[in-house]
Amino acid sequence: MGHAESAALFVRDGARAHWHDQAGWWVRQRRDAGAKAVPDWEDLRERAEAIKAHALSNLAGYLEEFEANATRLGAVVHWARDAEEHNRIVHGLLAERGVKLVVKSKSMLTEECGLNPYLEARGIEVADTDLGERIVQLNHQPPSHIVIPAIHMKREEIGELFHRTLGTPAGLADPQALTEAARQDLRRRFLSAQAGITGVNFAVAETGGIVVVTNEGNADMGTSLPPLHVASMGIEKVIPRAKDLAVFLRLLARSAVGQPISSYTSHFHGPRKGGEMHVVIVDNGRSSLLGQGGFRRALACIRCGACLNTCPVYRRSGGYSYTWLIPGPIGSVLAPARDLAAHASLPFASSLCGSCSDVCPVRIDLHHQLLAWRREVAARGLLPAGKRTAMRLASLVLRYAWLYRLAGRAARLAMRVLPRPVLGWLSGGWSRQRELPPAPEASFRELYRRTRGQP
Amino acid sequence: MTTVGLFIPCYVDQFYPQVGLATLRVLERHGVRVEFPEAQTCCGQPMANSGCSDDARPLAERFLRVFGDYEYVVAPSGSCVSMVRNHYQPFLAGRTGFDHLRASTYELCEFLTDVLGVEKVEGRFPHRVGLHRSCHGLRELRLGAGSERNVKPFDKVAGLLSSLEGITLLEPSRADECCGFGGTFAVGEEAVSCMMGRDRLADHEGRGAEVVTGVDASCLMHLEGLARRERRPIRMLHVAQLLAGEG
Repeated sequence: MGHAESAALFVRDGARAHWHDQAGWWVRQRRDAGAKAVPDWEDLRERAEAIKAHALSNLAGYLEEFEANATRLGAVVHWARDAEEHNRIVHGLLAERGVKLVVKSKSMLTEECGLNPYLEARGIEVADTDLGERIVQLNHQPPSHIVIPAIHMKREEIGELFHRTLGTPAGLADPQALTEAARQDLRRRFLSAQAGITGVNFAVAETGGIVVVTNEGNADMGTSLPPLHVASMGIEKVIPRAKDLAVFLRLLARSAVGQPISSYTSHFHGPRKGGEMHVVIVDNGRSSLLGQGGFRRALACIRCGACLNTCPVYRRSGGYSYTWLIPGPIGSVLAPARDLAAHASLPFASSLCGSCSDVCPVRIDLHHQLLAWRREVAARGLLPAGKRTAMRLASLVLRYAWLYRLAGRAARLAMRVLPRPVLGWLSGGWSRQRELPPAPEASFRELYRRTRGQP
Repeated sequence: MTTVGLFIPCYVDQFYPQVGLATLRVLERHGVRVEFPEAQTCCGQPMANSGCSDDARPLAERFLRVFGDYEYVVAPSGSCVSMVRNHYQPFLAGRTGFDHLRASTYELCEFLTDVLGVEKVEGRFPHRVGLHRSCHGLRELRLGAGSERNVKPFDKVAGLLSSLEGITLLEPSRADECCGFGGTFAVGEEAVSCMMGRDRLADHEGRGAEVVTGVDASCLMHLEGLARRERRPIRMLHVAQLLAGEG
């Protein structure tokens, strides 16, 4: 099922779709307020774009610099070509130390790699500790948003889920009480886990340190209590200098949820005393995107989710209507790079309104990339046959003014004389919910000729 | 005297001739000599936005042949102008006259404001009007600041409209959210497209608008189609019609 079909199912429940739209719009408004409180916001975006462009153009060098400095600080750096190798490395580290329970803070990369099922199949329990991610884990779902994983669930539904899984009283839907229940449940796991896994928001080449941004402090809990810290990062996360953080951290939380700064910005420089720290650097298709001309800019993404919140299509179709784990505009430009045929509908899941490009803190030209992916879809012969034929035919007609005039006149005549049901059938998706435009007797050029004579 | 090649997008030509006539009138009233080259057809955006470059290319080439020699090209559409200015590059880069064409093709309000320096339009439109800020005009031509960016507020379309006598311009609660037309998106993603359109209508109706206006007849065609199906009384008029004193 492509995006359009899944989206139609989501929209069918109008009240819910509107509720989801409002939730996303509320976050977008907070983002606007945050962005407008910073006078040099647009300069910051340009600077962030430039730093990322530079880092991506010199990626190999910065990754090696990061590796050398992280190693000097006492961390162990691993390289993983793909998801399978990443999972094998992480599992190896945990298995060698007899880990039975691992606590994990939010990481889209480990979702992308399918780490949880991989570890669980090998007898290791994984507890997601970000509240939203814990909710979707208990509900056996992937995140439906990259920053707000359970944005699709109403609090009553979370109450029901917690009643079933955590034994909270039936009917309890108070967010504070539910959060407390999750906290108590997670606390036991934090205390007994033998390892903590985190993602990485930024890896600093010049220091060898990594930065993890959370609002709940769960990354700190997960790395302070157990002796082993495994951090998984995509190759695109490296930035040159510590002072670049001053640019990205000002942009990240404001873009994500409108906060000036996230509640916890944790800097890890090597293992804590008596502990171990491993950093797994993962490619999994990223380097091939790096080689794909204009598409490489998508690698600059800092996963703030602003493009999801502003996207009028995402807000009205929900995260699960996309055929890839990362939904919304950024997911729709990343997914086709992995498997164009499997995700051929995603570049079309946009009205090309361009709002995504204007909220993006690193100025990825998202809507132009969606357009560029449409060209790839067409070039690879993946467009629906009907659409392909219609475009070819229209183009042929429009190459000749006389043919265009004739076709226009015939179409308008048909629209005036044909019975409604026939017209409805002919215009398909347009007239199920909409009237066709008026079909005037004369076109503009005919009127122009009548009033102005032959030019 | 400034000479303008009038570019009337194909669907405006066929379905909204009064928008073309209004554009002609507005331009002439501001002392511009206007020619409508009859060899024009379509800018090729539907093909280009479907990814069908091979089908769009001959139309881009044709556009350059038809309009390349004009001092200015003006159209009552932000979207089709953006096609020429921002998306012809892959088809026409390096061609003689392309740089001139790109630089001299304007959306109507933009032409009035930036080239002719018009600040006030003579005319009366004593109605409550909601302004639909069509996306390509807003974010690709920068006819306004846009709600996303932190730049000094400006709005070329609202600027012209607010100079009309008697007009009440109403701000929708979501200043510039997409109406959901999106070309083939309107059909390919029909469910989301129609929901987006109805949400825009409700927003404008909630503010008490009698008329919704905008720079793109395509967005208005979509909104009008939805409103007429549900017999909502709200009317759609193109900006050119308001500036020409119609309605």
